[in-house]
Amino acid sequence: MHELSITRNIVAIVNEHAKGERVTEVTLEIGLLSAVLPDSIRFCFDIVAKGTAVEGARLNIIEVAGHGRCRACGQDVELRHPIARCSCGSSDLSRLSGEQLTIKQMVTTPCAQPADAPITPLRG
Amino acid sequence: MCTTCGCADHSTARLTDLTTGQTFDLHEDAHAHRHHSHDHDHAHDHDHSHDHSHDHSHTHPHDHSHHSHHDNQRTTVLEEAVLAKNDRLAERNRGWFSASRVLALNLVSSPGSGKTTLLERTIRDLQSDLPIHVIEGDQETTHDAERIRRTGCRVVQINTGAGCHLEAEMVARGIERLASPPHSIVMIENVGNLVCPALFDLGEQAKVAILSVTEGEDKPLKYPHMFRAAQVMLLNKIDLLPHLTFDVARCLDYAREVNPQITVFQVSAQTGEGLPRWYDWLRTQLRTLGERPTC
Ligand SMILES: [Zn+2]
Repeated sequence: MHELSITRNIVAIVNEHAKGERVTEVTLEIGLLSAVLPDSIRFCFDIVAKGTAVEGARLNIIEVAGHGRCRACGQDVELRHPIARCSCGSSDLSRLSGEQLTIKQMVTTPCAQPADAPITPLRG
Repeated sequence: MCTTCGCADHSTARLTDLTTGQTFDLHEDAHAHRHHSHDHDHAHDHDHSHDHSHDHSHTHPHDHSHHSHHDNQRTTVLEEAVLAKNDRLAERNRGWFSASRVLALNLVSSPGSGKTTLLERTIRDLQSDLPIHVIEGDQETTHDAERIRRTGCRVVQINTGAGCHLEAEMVARGIERLASPPHSIVMIENVGNLVCPALFDLGEQAKVAILSVTEGEDKPLKYPHMFRAAQVMLLNKIDLLPHLTFDVARCLDYAREVNPQITVFQVSAQTGEGLPRWYDWLRTQLRTLGERPTC
């Protein structure tokens, strides 16, 4: 399941930016064409975050539809699924967006430790 | 698990050179690069180092105090692509392949598609005029790599351990080891599944999806991401068609529904039927690669 290794990437990136602060909230943007299942990410997130500065953080996932252009008739098409058709009947669509998998932002709160102390896993 | 980089996924990832029998732990190597010579006890000193440096606390600016905190919460905008690191490494691989005029193909399939048999046959048939090297991805065993090695071809095995796909960094280690000459082909046999490898760019010039007629004809619809990402679909085991109800025309319709540009070759690795067209495609790819200016 690639969502596990992807979630590990997410937690690793957030941890790096947190610089020892405690992370209370993480917001992701997932394109509907990205081949990543938001529910699987949610499922993995708490497990992967355990023992890190991200433990217990709230996870917000913004799902975004993709956009494409029909190669047959030229019109813009909203893409909510990897298999899509233009209203003209063509399935030959160039994909302009919808595959993104981005960490938008995080919310942190300073912890009691001095900034230069080695980061220790947070418990509780 | 390393709590900072979350790399437990690769904690058991290994590279084996089938020619020399040497085995390397990819995780340790990756860390040696990233952590440089830092003491591994300080597992959090990644290269873009946070400015804490253990022994200089007197000069250390407490950057926390520079931020104003409303109710102690601070929002940081990141806008960071989750797979950016893999994509960067994949671009580096792609640059190397193109500069070295090596054709790299990422072979993807479900288990049981006959991918290894097809690869063995391709190597044996082309051995005299096309050098082929193989990076063999597998979760645990070196069984497939041994089969490839018996063709006389240069092969390195990457065991991904718990990971269900190859990543660009693993392939970088593989190409380093193989040192393939110009105008050769590197076949990257990915781990057998059609989901995870779709997400991880390895720097290959093309993905080749292998589907056998003993699987369902609707596989392209079930795994649209992979069949969309693939440039070629090899429909394998067509010698078995007389014994099956597999509807070839419908399967091709599904594949083109998902990916109108896909090139399909109907082949049998057993009888050799259809393989010459696949070989011609390989030769054409190699030729056009040579015509492109190196960058
Ligand atoms: Zn149209």
